Amino acid sequence: MQTVDLATTTLRDLNVALQGQSVSSNQTRWEVLNPKGAHAIAVGLDAPIEVTVKGSTGYYCAGMNKQATIHVTGSAGPGVAENMMSGTVVIEGDASQYAGATGHGGLLVVKGNASSRCGISMKGIDIVVFGNIGHMSAFMAQSGNLVVLGDAGDALGDSLYEARLFVRGSVKSLGSDCVEKEMRPEHLEILRALLERSGADADPSEFKRYGSARQLYNFHVDHAGAY
Amino acid sequence: MCGIVGLFLKKEELRPKLGDLLTDMLITMTDRGPDSAGIAIYGDDGVLKLTVQSDTPNETFAGLDAALSAALDGPVTMRVIDTHAVLTLPEGTEPLARAFMAEKGIRIMGAGHSMEIFKEVGLPKDVAARFKLQAMAGSHGIGHTRMATESAVTTLGAHPFSTGTDQCLVHNGSLSNHNQMRRILSEKGFAPQTQNDTEVAACYISSRLAEGANLGEALEGTLQDLDGFFTFVVGTKNGFGVVRDPIACKPAVMAETEDYVAFGSEYRALANLPGIDTARVWEPEPATVYFWER
Repeated sequence: MQTVDLATTTLRDLNVALQGQSVSSNQTRWEVLNPKGAHAIAVGLDAPIEVTVKGSTGYYCAGMNKQATIHVTGSAGPGVAENMMSGTVVIEGDASQYAGATGHGGLLVVKGNASSRCGISMKGIDIVVFGNIGHMSAFMAQSGNLVVLGDAGDALGDSLYEARLFVRGSVKSLGSDCVEKEMRPEHLEILRALLERSGADADPSEFKRYGSARQLYNFHVDHAGAY
Repeated sequence: MCGIVGLFLKKEELRPKLGDLLTDMLITMTDRGPDSAGIAIYGDDGVLKLTVQSDTPNETFAGLDAALSAALDGPVTMRVIDTHAVLTLPEGTEPLARAFMAEKGIRIMGAGHSMEIFKEVGLPKDVAARFKLQAMAGSHGIGHTRMATESAVTTLGAHPFSTGTDQCLVHNGSLSNHNQMRRILSEKGFAPQTQNDTEVAACYISSRLAEGANLGEALEGTLQDLDGFFTFVVGTKNGFGVVRDPIACKPAVMAETEDYVAFGSEYRALANLPGIDTARVWEPEPATVYFWER
C-alpha cells in the first residue's frame, strides 16, 4: 500500500505519482490522507490501480478517469468523476453538483445523495445513486444508465437523448421530452446487473424507467417554420 | 466566483475563537476571490457603534472622536484599526452621526450594537492581518472574498454590505434585475450607495425587515423579487440565514454540530473546524431558506 499524506505532499506530486502508474504497475493500492476538500484529487488516471481517499474532496475528484478504481470515504464536491472513460468511482458520502457529467464509460456509485445536474450530458457512463438526486439531472444525457434508489428532483432528463433513467422513488417533475417508459425484461436485466455491481440492496421491480420521447431532437418538416 | 464563509456559534465557550476560526475559513477561500475581503463580526452586545473607513486614516481619524462628540453633544470613543475606526455613540444619535460623516466624506461600513465590519481591497490574508481579525471574539460572523464581476474593485464594493443596523449580507453570484430593484428600493427609502448589485440585495433585506418581516420571510422574498444567480448569507443581531436561487449554480456547503452552524462556498473552508468529521454536512437546497436565531 502506497500512502500519500496531503498534509505533507503537494497535490501536484500526488497526481504526478498516480498518473505515472501504468498497466504493468505493481503499486496497485494507494491511500490518500488529509484531502480536506482539495480540488482535482486523482484526476486523469490511466492504470488499473485502486485509490482510497480518506475524507472529503473538492471539485473534480477522479475526473477523466480510465481504468482506476477510486474510493472516497467522505463526500465529494462538484464535478466528481466528470468525463470518466472507464473504471469505477465510489463515494461513500454525498456528491455535489454535476456528478458524472459527460462521462463516456465506467461506473460511478454515490452511496449518499447527489445534488443537481447529476449525470448531465452523460455519454455512456453508468451512475448509481443510493439516495436522492437534485434538479435537472441527466439533462441532455446521451447514453448510459442513471439508477436512483431514492427520489429525483425537478426536470429529470430534460432534453434527453438515449440514456436510460431508473428511479425507485418519486420524481418531482420530468423535463422536456422525458417520459416514463415500459420496463421490459432487458431493462430489468441491465438494472439488476448495475445494482449488483454497485452493491445496492434493491429489487429491480421497484423501479420505473424513464427515457426520451424522441420528439425534441428529430427534425419535423411540418415544423420547419418554427426553427 | 467569490468565496463566502459564515459561522454561527451555539456555545458561549467558543466565542473567543470566532475570529480565529473565521479567519482560517476566509483565507482558505482566497482563490475564489483575491480582489478584496471583508468580515462582519458580532461581538459584545452593548453600546451603539459605527464602523467607518478612510483611505487616509492618519489625517481623517485624528480628533474625529472629539469632533463627533461635540457634534452629538455626548460621549464618543474611538478604536482605530488600520483604515477603519469603530466609534461608540450615545443612543439615538445614529442619524446625526451619519450626517456628520457624510459632510466630512467619511465612508460608513456599518452600524449596530453588536456588529462591526472590516473590509478592504487586497488578498484575504493581508486584509485579515491588517485588521487582526484572528483575535476578534463574538457570537457569529460572516466573511467574503471577492472576485469582482458587476462593479469596480474598491473598498465600498467589497462585501459584506450593511444597509441596516446590525444587518449585513454577503453574496456569491450576480443579479440581473438590480437596476430595476435599485429604483424600487430607492423609492421606499432604502437607496443603495454604490453601483454594486450585492448592495441592492442587502437593501432589499433591510427594507423587508423594516416592514416587519422576520429574517426567514425576508430571505424568502429574495426568491420572488431578485433575479439572477445568488447564494446569500445574511447576519442580523441574533440571526444567521442562507438562501440560494432556484438554479443554485453557485456552490454552498453547510455543517452543523452541537457547537456551531457553519457555511462555506466549498468544503475546504470548513475542513479545519473542530468536530467537522462528525458534523452533519450538507448542500443547501435551491430556493430554500435556512436560518438560525438565538
